[in-house]
Amino acid sequence: MSTELSRSPEDGGSTPAAETATAAPAAGAVTAVDPRLLVREQGFKGYLTEFVRRMRSGELGSVPVVVGLIVIWAIFQSLDSAFLSAQNLSNLSVYIVGTGLISVGIVFVLLLGEIDLSVGSVSGLAGAVFAVLAVNNGMAEWLALLLALATGAAAGAVHGFFFARIGVPAFVVTLAGLLAWNGLMLQVLDSTGTINLDDEGLVATLTSHYFSDVAAAYGLAAVAVLVFGGAQLLDARRRQAAGVPFRPLAEIALRTGVLAVFAFAAAYTLNQYRGLPLALLVFLAVLVLFDLLLRRTGYGRKVFALGGSTEAARRAGINVAAIRISVFTLAGTMAAFGGLMIASRISAANQGAGSGNLLMEAIAAAVIGGTSLFGGRGNVWSALLGMLVIGSIANGLALLGSPAHLQYMITGGVLLAAVVIDSVSRRTQKSAGRT
Amino acid sequence: MSATPVLALRGISKRFGAVQALTDVDLEVRPGEVVALVGDNGAGKSTLVKAIAGVGPADEGEFLWEGKPAKVERPHDAQELGVATVYQDLALCDNLDVVGNLFLGREINRVGVLDEVEMERRSRELLQTLSIRIPSVRIPVASLSGGQRQTVAIARSMLGDPKLVILDEPTAALGVEQTAQVLDLVERLRERGLAVILISHNMADVKAVADRVAVLRLGRNNGVFDVAGTSQEEIISAITGATDNAVTRRTARKAEGKQ
Ligand SMILES: Nc1ncnc2c1ncn2[C@@H]1O[C@H](COP(=O)(O)OP(=O)(O)OP(=O)(O)O)[C@@H](O)[C@H]1O
Ligand SMILES: [Mg+2]
Repeated sequence: MSTELSRSPEDGGSTPAAETATAAPAAGAVTAVDPRLLVREQGFKGYLTEFVRRMRSGELGSVPVVVGLIVIWAIFQSLDSAFLSAQNLSNLSVYIVGTGLISVGIVFVLLLGEIDLSVGSVSGLAGAVFAVLAVNNGMAEWLALLLALATGAAAGAVHGFFFARIGVPAFVVTLAGLLAWNGLMLQVLDSTGTINLDDEGLVATLTSHYFSDVAAAYGLAAVAVLVFGGAQLLDARRRQAAGVPFRPLAEIALRTGVLAVFAFAAAYTLNQYRGLPLALLVFLAVLVLFDLLLRRTGYGRKVFALGGSTEAARRAGINVAAIRISVFTLAGTMAAFGGLMIASRISAANQGAGSGNLLMEAIAAAVIGGTSLFGGRGNVWSALLGMLVIGSIANGLALLGSPAHLQYMITGGVLLAAVVIDSVSRRTQKSAGRT
Repeated sequence: MSATPVLALRGISKRFGAVQALTDVDLEVRPGEVVALVGDNGAGKSTLVKAIAGVGPADEGEFLWEGKPAKVERPHDAQELGVATVYQDLALCDNLDVVGNLFLGREINRVGVLDEVEMERRSRELLQTLSIRIPSVRIPVASLSGGQRQTVAIARSMLGDPKLVILDEPTAALGVEQTAQVLDLVERLRERGLAVILISHNMADVKAVADRVAVLRLGRNNGVFDVAGTSQEEIISAITGATDNAVTRRTARKAEGKQ
């Protein structure tokens, strides 16, 4: 054995003396802390100064979108008091799911620093494949659903192959896909034009089912809060035991408390109308799952690494082509999933599916939510936050009876604002020494 | 000196378009030996390193690992063999934090998810062992100074279990104390029986830690010298191409004789 350096002394059982010694002070007990490092002060004031410092150095994260959302909701509520009603918010939560799922795939592609322009067409194709198989050919809905998802995965894999193996820019490959998959969808629909889905079927149920028992929404909120708080506590314990900096109890309590307020407020609102929508539950489950994948697994780490520096990732022994192909496959699959949700909401597959501003909304949602266009920065929750912004604008304007062109202009303006924030924060981060 | 070299390269050639960067280069490194690879700018040192590390495989030539022919076509192949490399053009991901960079490509998992706690603990320990001072292991490496980034890259190569460590101008961006630490580190690696290839333009550093010096000139071998029995002038004249000139060689010898 050669490199002693990397081996931990705890491999042969930890010494209790060392543990107590390192566990006592909160942070920086092990390594000699650089005196220039701005250590966060304890307590609430510490939070505030840390927050201000982050804003200054351009680490904006989700702050602009949350502020923007509050402003948008305040404006629409003042124009029409029905906007913040339980019914409207509940409908909004179902409306955003289809595009939101597509946007989750876009987040992964953006993290690589690439773009996928085909997701709209792929989503339309998936809806058409499902409808033709299930309705026209009488295939079992679950099987047709799996085949529709597989279609999306295959389309994404094709993009990934040409991008990663042949070296065609992703922009061009997926632009070709945008056209080709739309053509294929029209061919699949062929003579039928519009196919109505079975209202009682599996896919239609995705957006029409509500868990009307109030226990469902509250239960979900309670589980979310408990799991989040518990995970944070366990993590802090392990960190403390290992002698690395950990979150103080007060901070965990505060974070869990904030989550609890939001979770129970949402559950209360949903229960005022028809209860917890199945579509929202599916969306949240997907978000949690992909968030874990991205932040807590080696796969996610590789995705971020590629977005940071492809060459560094390659030299670290990462199979760059495989990761790229997998990400585009994932984007295709999520596009298909979103397409099925959209088909479910309108209870039909038609020739117009996947066109219009769907693609723009999916990409805009990811960027508005705080995922950088430049790669390497972002998270899957931006799909939810961004879609809430876009969905609220569309929904609010519809309530006011405004025409569609106004919605396009406003959404376009919001997207521009988001990209400006992204670019400026990148510049500030650069000048603050962060890329 | 032990018999089989860890790494033996025979007749390595590599070209980039119209540039023949390496021609028929041989190189051997044995366990517990520090070989300095020197040569003027553009001599092909980094190109040779990248050929060994699988980042830019050679066009021709034999690659013998512990006496047996090996194929190194990807960085992963070299890592499998036990080659750890610190590149001249740093290979770090700016958006990842120090821990993420140190463990990139060899993350520690615990029931299928990243074990951040263990990785952070080991990172701190490793950095402490190497006396590397950075503000925090949880800040993106983009916010570190050039020298700090360099030390992170060096620390990275010490993780895992390398048999051969290649350092391409590791001290170029380092301060006095950090340079001394890297040189100490090279000696510690040798004591542990690892093979080290050290690229440096600093003859004092080379003289201080290397056992042998291999000179590259215009992409070709231009002599291998035992550090102990060779004057600095002889090495420098091999680098600049003055070796074949008997007069310069004599003046160099005389100059040393007078000292
Ligand atoms: N990717 C590349 N494409 C084309 N030519 C290259 C490439 N990399 C290196 N070269 C050429 O190969 C030759 C050797 O370059 P190399 O980087 O190996 O030099 P070096 O000995 O490491 O120099 P230095 O001391 O400046 O680091 C140079 O002439 C260079 O122009
Ligand atoms: Mg070089």
